[in-house]
Amino acid sequence: MSEQQHKPKKSRLGKIARRTFLIGTGAIAGGLAVGYYSYQRGFDNPLLSDLDRGESTFNPFVKIATDNTITIIVPRAEMGQGVTTTLAALVAEELDVALDAVTVEHGPASSAYLNQAMLIDAAPVPAFDDSFTAGGYRGAMEILSKFLAIQATGGSSSTVDAFEKMRFAGCAAREVLKQAAAEKFDVSPAALATNNGRVEDTASGRSATYGELAARAATMSPPANMQLRTRSQWKLLGKSQPRTDIRQKVTGAPIFGIDVDLPDMVYATVKMNPHLGGRVNSIDASQAADMKGVIKVVPIESQTGNGFAVIADNSWRAFQAAEAVTVDWGPAPYPAETAQITGQLRETLETGDRFSLREAGDPDTAFSNSAPDQVLEAEYEVPFLAHATMEPMNATARFKDGKLDIWSPNQSPTIIRSVCASVANLDPDQVHVHTTFLGGGFGRRSEVDFSIYAVKLAMETGGRPVKVTWTREEDITHDTYRPAALARYQALLNDQGMPTALRATVASPSIIPSLIGRTYPSLPAGGPDKTLIEGAYDQPYAIDNYRIDAAKAEIAVPVGFWRSVGNSFNAFMQESFLDEIAASTGKDPLALRLELSKSWPVATRVLEKVAQMAHWGETLPNGRAQGIAFTLSFGTWVAQIVQVREMDGSIKIEKVWCVADPGEVLDPAIFKAQIVSGIIFGLSSAIGQEITFSEGKVEQSNFHDFDAMRIDQCPAIEVEILENSPHMGGAGEPGTPPSIPALANAIFALNAKRIRQLPLSREVEFA
Amino acid sequence: MKLSVNGTVHDLDIEPEMPLLWVLRDELDIKGPKFGCGIAACGACTVHVDGEPVRSCTLPIGDVEGEVTTIEAIGSADSLHAVQQAWIEEQVPQCGYCQSGQIMSAVALLREIPNPSDEDIDSALSGNLCRCGTYPAIRAAIRRAATKNIGA
Repeated sequence: MSEQQHKPKKSRLGKIARRTFLIGTGAIAGGLAVGYYSYQRGFDNPLLSDLDRGESTFNPFVKIATDNTITIIVPRAEMGQGVTTTLAALVAEELDVALDAVTVEHGPASSAYLNQAMLIDAAPVPAFDDSFTAGGYRGAMEILSKFLAIQATGGSSSTVDAFEKMRFAGCAAREVLKQAAAEKFDVSPAALATNNGRVEDTASGRSATYGELAARAATMSPPANMQLRTRSQWKLLGKSQPRTDIRQKVTGAPIFGIDVDLPDMVYATVKMNPHLGGRVNSIDASQAADMKGVIKVVPIESQTGNGFAVIADNSWRAFQAAEAVTVDWGPAPYPAETAQITGQLRETLETGDRFSLREAGDPDTAFSNSAPDQVLEAEYEVPFLAHATMEPMNATARFKDGKLDIWSPNQSPTIIRSVCASVANLDPDQVHVHTTFLGGGFGRRSEVDFSIYAVKLAMETGGRPVKVTWTREEDITHDTYRPAALARYQALLNDQGMPTALRATVASPSIIPSLIGRTYPSLPAGGPDKTLIEGAYDQPYAIDNYRIDAAKAEIAVPVGFWRSVGNSFNAFMQESFLDEIAASTGKDPLALRLELSKSWPVATRVLEKVAQMAHWGETLPNGRAQGIAFTLSFGTWVAQIVQVREMDGSIKIEKVWCVADPGEVLDPAIFKAQIVSGIIFGLSSAIGQEITFSEGKVEQSNFHDFDAMRIDQCPAIEVEILENSPHMGGAGEPGTPPSIPALANAIFALNAKRIRQLPLSREVEFA
Repeated sequence: MKLSVNGTVHDLDIEPEMPLLWVLRDELDIKGPKFGCGIAACGACTVHVDGEPVRSCTLPIGDVEGEVTTIEAIGSADSLHAVQQAWIEEQVPQCGYCQSGQIMSAVALLREIPNPSDEDIDSALSGNLCRCGTYPAIRAAIRRAATKNIGA
């Protein structure tokens, strides 16, 4: 395939840049972006304004106190993915301190902690595309990322974003500590070494702790030409480290948002309109107001929902009282029944406006020149999905003496600060966001709703802090769902059974305008949304005539980022269709993929390796079968094989083999744990999850009807890492996408049943 | 009403229908047991009553007869419980939210069956949901703790 064929259409660069900067301009007006001034001169160190006695800070990532307490700021949400270990290790590696000798803190909300890698990966170009044009898109996103300066955890980007900057932070602190010691010992900094929290003058045997040097060192400037250590010099990175959060997590420590406990605190819960986005016609709270422990019932009108809250002296009493409130809910702004929503998806698929982000050859001419009976065609459908984090949504807020404090288990602190400032009619400087540990995130906690409600209630309690805990029912029925989607795939095959043309249309509600509407309702949010087709259009498969079209369905169900986002369904659709292509001529599904991806050795190596691990192609005992799938997402190349077994009419998922290539792995154990986690998350959705609507309300409400994989259903999982990719990729999400089609393909191999609709439990039973 | 938790007796003036979980969390500031579902479907709230694992989110405090033990009291700061130690050695937790409940279920399992089979583990822990997918590590940690059981 020539580069010419896969070049994005040139006219789009200007178009997309204009649109994104339009968002940027609006965002500056809304107080989100820090603007040109900060862009040019860099960001202030947010730690300077809040140092404890004896503490000095060197840059936004490092604080050292005179008692030698070394604090590393990891400004990303710890939601299980191990950032408080791996990102801390980036600093510790250069600073020459042991990981168990440092304190890890999340730190304040600040533009200094912007996540550039997340936005760069949002550029509408495939990860495998290293062309000049693709680089232009990424460069534009990099500039935009600095203007917006969003601190966020998502897009499997934490390690990629931190890799250089947090090592430089450790290096810069180390160098000034050496300068301070050099001054003290009257030697050259070059004569000094650092080791385990001390600067040592080996010639004279003198040494000083970092704590002794910190105050002086913090006034000094690091040298201009700092050199990061090379991989061969690493002591921590590249090796599995014990998690820094482990002890708290095996002793039940109160580390989560829901565990926040403040003096004089009151407890609340919310009940928002189950017709999502609908208004409130009337509320009768007379019965609830008289119930034990109830302090107040408060109506809530907000950009994320309308309803009410009960404030009480105990969370459970608030739950009970909320049940006793009678409300006349206004209607939902979307069709009331799932069948109608599906109907709207179908209409969009047939007649909606489309966009695409990559075209090879001329698929439309190829199809119009073919007889209908030559075309292989299939339709795939996936449901809405809830995140169902183990910790239900919650936040705590206190508004006292003109200062608003928000304790929030969240993935987007600077956005929460700016949105909550405008909700409370305050200056962002008056708002302090304390990011706790997260009992699961999966994208749900990049939303602002749970923080907004806590802030609104904090305005009603006369300065008392209020902790707002959602019931599980409220959490499942008021999510920002993984969008439903409907797609039609078509292929033309040659005599060897290889596709010469492939095209598809994917109809789905668009996440970006839904998210912007909840977060910054006054901002425009148009343009192509690559999440509709990511995981399909951007895969390393060479097909002469190829295009995936996206058709945005105007369905006002709130949709959001759900672990692996569009990859979570596009991989299922395209990888199932590739299996159908293989099956239609009896071709081996592995051989088909190897042939399609032969120009990308990173892809073929993960496929070959996983096939070797699973003994692909060898005869299995009766009643067992394997399926294979591949997805490149978040910069990580992943191949998986799932083995299933027929047991008394139901299907047992026995084993999963996985090979992942993220280019470079900083902590192999944590990386593998993330891949395993992603696989189980994907399989959980495939074996039974769906969100459906009736009378405008979500029909599922708790783990009895929106369950996830349990330990007795969990397969054995084997993960191997390869490091051939030239770019560093992510860990948290790439395990999820291929798990779903690999399972569907395994079921086809088992019993010739091709399931084109998720969850697979619609057609088979799982043991 | 008297309630004994982790060796301390509390005298409480609370309606008997309040679930034990909310007495522990909101009245006694014992935050190890977590709120996950409120319908005994996820196991995050698991505590022991006289050594038996129970879902505290649906157990009315008026029905509690016996000593309540939460994760805070199964080991001590100096000496973690063997199951907690195994959890560290296998690096089980990810987000960690469900792990109090997982550990409490595992402790009860090993007390009843010191050397559980894979089926015993799956059956005893199937009521404890984990959205991070730490199940393979949980199995390994329970096997590790069981090995120490047998060795001891």
